[in-house]
Amino acid sequence: MANVISDETMEYVGILAKLELSDEEKEAAKKDMESMLDYIDKLNELDTSNVEPMSHVFPVKNVFREDVVENGDGGEETLANAPERRDRAFVVPMTVEG
Amino acid sequence: MNLLSLTAVELGKKIKAHEVTVEEATRAALDAIHKKEDKINSFVTVDEEGALARAKEVQKGIDDGTYTGPLAGVPVAIKDNMCTKGLLTTCSSKILYNFLPTYTAEAVINLEKAGAVIIGKTNMDEFAMGSTTETSAFGATKNPWNTEHVPGGSSGGSCAAVAAEECYYALGSDTGGSIRQPSSFCGVTGIKPTYGTVSRYGLIAYGSSLDQIGPVAKDVTDCATILEIITSYDKKDSTSVKREDTDFTSALVDDVKGMKIGIPRDYLGEGLDPEVKDAILAAAKKLEEKGAIVEEFDLSLVEYAIPAYYVIAAAEASSNLARFDGVKYGYRTEQYEGLHNMYKKSRSEGFGPEVKRRIMLGSFVLSSGYYDAYYLKALRTKALIKQAFDKAFAKYDVIIGPAAPTTAPKLGESLSDPLKMYLGDVYTVSVNLAGLPGITVPCGQDSKGLPIGLQLIGDCFKEKNIIRAAYSFEQTREYKHSPVAEA
Repeated sequence: MANVISDETMEYVGILAKLELSDEEKEAAKKDMESMLDYIDKLNELDTSNVEPMSHVFPVKNVFREDVVENGDGGEETLANAPERRDRAFVVPMTVEG
Repeated sequence: MNLLSLTAVELGKKIKAHEVTVEEATRAALDAIHKKEDKINSFVTVDEEGALARAKEVQKGIDDGTYTGPLAGVPVAIKDNMCTKGLLTTCSSKILYNFLPTYTAEAVINLEKAGAVIIGKTNMDEFAMGSTTETSAFGATKNPWNTEHVPGGSSGGSCAAVAAEECYYALGSDTGGSIRQPSSFCGVTGIKPTYGTVSRYGLIAYGSSLDQIGPVAKDVTDCATILEIITSYDKKDSTSVKREDTDFTSALVDDVKGMKIGIPRDYLGEGLDPEVKDAILAAAKKLEEKGAIVEEFDLSLVEYAIPAYYVIAAAEASSNLARFDGVKYGYRTEQYEGLHNMYKKSRSEGFGPEVKRRIMLGSFVLSSGYYDAYYLKALRTKALIKQAFDKAFAKYDVIIGPAAPTTAPKLGESLSDPLKMYLGDVYTVSVNLAGLPGITVPCGQDSKGLPIGLQLIGDCFKEKNIIRAAYSFEQTREYKHSPVAEA
């Protein structure tokens, strides 16, 4: 029942997670994940075929409110945290090749 | 008089009676921090200037009748995953090394409205992921009972700061035991409230369906008082619950006559340190002598709580931590080629190993092909665990047991084997999965002198039952100050 994760899967998970691991880190992450999954497989001992997945313990519903601005313009404070900014905008590397 | 040996409520009374000024209380805490931080490292940031300015303002408010509550003027330390406007908030991560929030967490605002002075931000496991406070990017916190041992985690800084008497009380957060386990290791008291009781607005999210903010202090009276203040319905948190019975201090009654208390046999079995077991059973005996009806029962499903928890927590973490991308705040890598490379490098350099491990696991269990087998399976298991607790609470008012299988391990012993560290959360994670309230109170020490905590668990919205039982038990013993507190 030991889980084996392929290099392709690790590559794919790395893309989903937006993480770039070194080869060494990748090997360690693979081992960690395999042993965690072996442990998590314990859940298969339980028959849950008639059990609904429970994402919240209490019934939750969308909480709506009127679309009215209640806070002030925090633009300057927000941009003050930006690694790079220009005027009233965050600067990121070019996203579309022109 | 050593002010720091007082409880928060005791100090609040002295401030109100003008026996102590807010500034004296604040300076005493700052002095204690200066003296002890080299040894303990429970703070990431100490806001000396801000705290002293605020102390003056609060004193004025007390004198003119603006602040009349029990904790007006009492300085507090806040776990570093709660946003504090203009005050560094790092989550003990390199990726937020320079983050200055533009707003303050609702729970902290509630404290400020009650006249709190924020003295600083406490150390934690990075993004609250860990059980020892060793995964912090700013160095491990040490246990004030023995500095070769960990304080527990992830609210290790908050619990160690209270135990070392560097502050009068603190806020922590609890996703899988992060208040109750370090409270046990540090010999202090901490409450994880029913899910939805304290607003999560401004709490940097880890596992949103599990996270709750709660108090850490020297005794049950302090914790009930703090909880009463931080509890509020908040429309900014869509999972906030409108509650009415939030006068938690009314449950500070020394009486458990006729109270039905269950001890899960599954909490006393294999893996539990015999000294911890003895202390828990001795505590149960004390409650029985006071008139409670105590019996053992089978809770069931205990061994499935950890795998279900780690799937759900990792899944939610992978989603919540997607926002740290080097664009809007925090760390950005220096050299990159294009947008995606910038994201990847910033995140890979900014997050520590435990955080990356959980993001990878979470991304995996949510990915197509594995979602049903892992994520939905865990959510179904969670439903079964909730049912098991429902059944237990049909019979018992309170469930008691240990908070952790052992006392605090030595520094460096846990991180080499993550799975083993995860297994240490066996008695705490199911409480988060089921949304229940839990409290840890000190109940003894092992032969090495390390504290042992008793965990009391209540049904949803029944904080008063556990507060009453914990308070009654507390009357049977004296509070023990840690060696660093007394130094």
